Amino acid sequence: MSRAALAIALHVNGEPVRATVEARKTLVDFLREDLGLTGSHVGCEHGVCGACTVRVDGEIVRGCLMLAVQCDGARVETIEGVSDSGEIADLQDAFQRRNALQCGYCTPGMLLTAQEFLKAGAVPTRDAIREQIAGNYCRCTGYHAIVDAIEATAQARAGGRK
Amino acid sequence: MKIVDDLPPGLSALDRPNSYIGRAIPRPNLQRLAQGRGQFVSDVVLPRMAHVAFLRSPYAHARIKKIATAKAEKAPGVVAVVTGAELAKVITPWVGVLTHLKGIKSAPQHAIAVERACWQGEAVCAVVAHTRAEAEDACELIEIAYEELKPVTDAETALDAKTPVIHPELGDNLTFERKYEAGEPDKGFAEADAVVETTFVFGRHTGVCVEPRAIVADWNAGEQRLTVYQGTQAPHMMQNLFAKHLGLEEHQVRVLCKDVGGSFGIKVHVYADEMAVAALSKLLQRPVKFVADRIESFVTDIHARDHRVKAKIGVKKDGTITAWEIDDLTGIGPYSVYPRTSGIEANQIVNLTGGPYRCMNYRARARVVFQNKNVMCQYRAVGHPIATAVTEELVDLAAMKIGMDPVEIRRRNLIPDDGYPCAGASGIKFEKLSHHASLAKIVAMMDYAKLRREQEELRRRGIHRGIGFAAFIEVTNPSAAFYGVGGARISSQDGATLKLDATGAVICQSGVTEQGQGAEAVMAQVVATAVGVPIERVRVITGDTDNTPYGGGTWASRAAGIGGEAGWQAGKILRANILAVAGSILQATPEALDIRSGVVVDKDSGRERIGLDEVARVAYFRPDTLPPGFQAELMATRHYVPRAWPFAFTNGIQASWLEVDVEIGTVKLLRHWCVEDCGTVINPQLVDEQIRGGVVQGIGGALFEHCIYDRDGQLVNGNMADYLVPMAAEMPDIEVGHVVTPTADSELGAKGAGEAGTAGAPAAVMNAINDALKPLGAKLLVEMPFTPERILKALGRV
Repeated sequence: MSRAALAIALHVNGEPVRATVEARKTLVDFLREDLGLTGSHVGCEHGVCGACTVRVDGEIVRGCLMLAVQCDGARVETIEGVSDSGEIADLQDAFQRRNALQCGYCTPGMLLTAQEFLKAGAVPTRDAIREQIAGNYCRCTGYHAIVDAIEATAQARAGGRK
Repeated sequence: MKIVDDLPPGLSALDRPNSYIGRAIPRPNLQRLAQGRGQFVSDVVLPRMAHVAFLRSPYAHARIKKIATAKAEKAPGVVAVVTGAELAKVITPWVGVLTHLKGIKSAPQHAIAVERACWQGEAVCAVVAHTRAEAEDACELIEIAYEELKPVTDAETALDAKTPVIHPELGDNLTFERKYEAGEPDKGFAEADAVVETTFVFGRHTGVCVEPRAIVADWNAGEQRLTVYQGTQAPHMMQNLFAKHLGLEEHQVRVLCKDVGGSFGIKVHVYADEMAVAALSKLLQRPVKFVADRIESFVTDIHARDHRVKAKIGVKKDGTITAWEIDDLTGIGPYSVYPRTSGIEANQIVNLTGGPYRCMNYRARARVVFQNKNVMCQYRAVGHPIATAVTEELVDLAAMKIGMDPVEIRRRNLIPDDGYPCAGASGIKFEKLSHHASLAKIVAMMDYAKLRREQEELRRRGIHRGIGFAAFIEVTNPSAAFYGVGGARISSQDGATLKLDATGAVICQSGVTEQGQGAEAVMAQVVATAVGVPIERVRVITGDTDNTPYGGGTWASRAAGIGGEAGWQAGKILRANILAVAGSILQATPEALDIRSGVVVDKDSGRERIGLDEVARVAYFRPDTLPPGFQAELMATRHYVPRAWPFAFTNGIQASWLEVDVEIGTVKLLRHWCVEDCGTVINPQLVDEQIRGGVVQGIGGALFEHCIYDRDGQLVNGNMADYLVPMAAEMPDIEVGHVVTPTADSELGAKGAGEAGTAGAPAAVMNAINDALKPLGAKLLVEMPFTPERILKALGRV
């Protein structure tokens, strides 16, 4: 039953993809193993750590809690896609300058989570930033630098709009 | 927050034009990671690669009577099913002892359990298949007949006569014992006006790297070579151990380590399942991959900090500390971990307790016992959080007893800043520390007097806030005294090889490794400064035993201080060698030239003479134009090892400001400060981020993290939903300050900074909680983690 394979068609980072996947395969395993998109990472495999965060139809999801077959017909975006498009170039730049990543394993998920928040347009408080990323585990930084980088990006984007 | 970009400096302390020392240069490898283009071992895919899944013991202690593998062997995709006995023909067992830990003993440990499983989670059989999923499916078809044995789980009774001995051939369950006495502790206690004692309990916890342990081993039968892609902190150590236990020469093994998704000491040990992967690759003659899943990580990644410490302090009315005494007991699982042993943490607690203070009357005992739980070994800040928590709570208790302010008692007892060099109570040697300057700085940073007033006012309104301090010392830049003298082939020296490439850029190969702490950035800064090139012209290569000088890797806060100094020395040689070529081309005296911003200049006037690209072009493509007999040497290697001191101790102090909700028992962290002295600061941003990350790991141990075992030796919370780690919403901003006391043992003067945060944070948080609850008559909280239940119990509310 679990080994049954199903055909799916979807868009990943704007490219059309057709694949046959086992029903039990998670979205993040499909992205990593079948498509070679290794920027999405596997940390806890049960929806706690956020390292596998990707966007499906514009909303961030845990790639380990969604099955690949559930994405038939969906638009999936990963860190590779938002990097190539330049959508989060300013946020990535802020992370680099503020050293808001060390080992970098949580970072793709952290960036996508932060971007969802930043897209809303407001300049959030530090507490609000901490709440937004409270589902993304980072063992290296202690979060302070990540909050700084997100806050600086929000301020810069708000400044740019004025 | 505005990100303040690094500004061009004036001359640095190291007196080179265009110096990068002391500057917050962003790490060059961060864009790659931020764009999801890292190369973690989890990502590695090789032709013909198979995947292994391990069937693990569900029992803490059990005899393996029979393993029936026939059904699994026929399962779809299965390449091989291999038991411990079969694998033992390919790989030899090991024993985790060191000769300088006198009397330490352990039993042979196999890559896969043979005959007996000694903890819940020990691998008892391996399935290799085309996919991990197929391997796991087949694991379910293996039938194992176990005979359950009585597990030893309580360290307190592990040495009792009626407790079973886990390894009968060892005679008892005692792994290691150390007793130490200095000065006159009995006299010290007798002279004290007050003696305070308490018993501390530290919760067993673990590293929880976001990327689990991962390895791909590739035995190439054609060239008789093993290539291992491994998330490790110590590639050369692993090269030696793979070779030794697989019966190979070291040159037949190459260990490669690109990006590592967190290590913190977790990835510096020999893991039985990783050794099994290398053996399976050799057996099957194809690449085999293993990535631990999260549940496997919790039951097999080394645990740490499971200690019970009875402790006592004597103090006079004037605040003088007169004596210390500790009795530490720790249970380390069924084996001492190879090759660093599981005796080091207890040994460090003996070494470090009382370390910041003048009192030299000290008695200590540490006992390390076997038990049927997952193994314990060295995790970030080994022993420091425990020694610091014991010391600093004792100091607070003494202050409370005599009615003295916690800052004042520290001021009266910390080793004076002009009292160096000197030794600590345990005999550890200090070159030069700055406890008093650090204390003065943190008191100013936090505005201590104002904070105390605020605390008083809030107390009147029923808000219970506390202030806690923790002075600490940290072991960094270890010499051979740490492992080498004990017989382990773990290098304390490290090397750097620099090459001027044919376009005038500098390639640096270093024996230290990048774990995210910024080692490559620090190497680039040091090398760019020493040679005199823009940092963009330096590329750093680490993590490859085929292509880096022999070295120890990254542990005990050694990469910047030891690897950096090797880079500095090699840079000076390469600069001299380049100037020799330039002098030949320009018919100038090399001593009258210098390299600045990648250009050879006249040293005195700074006039530009020739670019490094041109020097390289002549040396590599037109050596015929150089004088007869002159040979350009545009590659230079230097090694470095600390010799003057066994360790470069650093020091610092932390403070926590927090609020306890006395109704529900939760702790809200409001502010945290750390002043630390790691000598020369090569990159202030990277040092600060090491401190912040370390502080938060320490806070994790103080408030949340706990591997909870039941009486049968079952880990009951081995997943990330039940094992709590610090998340962003609960963590405070952390302010970091520095005092700079360079070590004279190296020209750079840099000491380590990777563990200071973790060393002091639990103590600061503990002292702050007890400070907050003191007026309420709460019992002293000395059992970590400080859960709401424990806090409410201390308050007598549950």
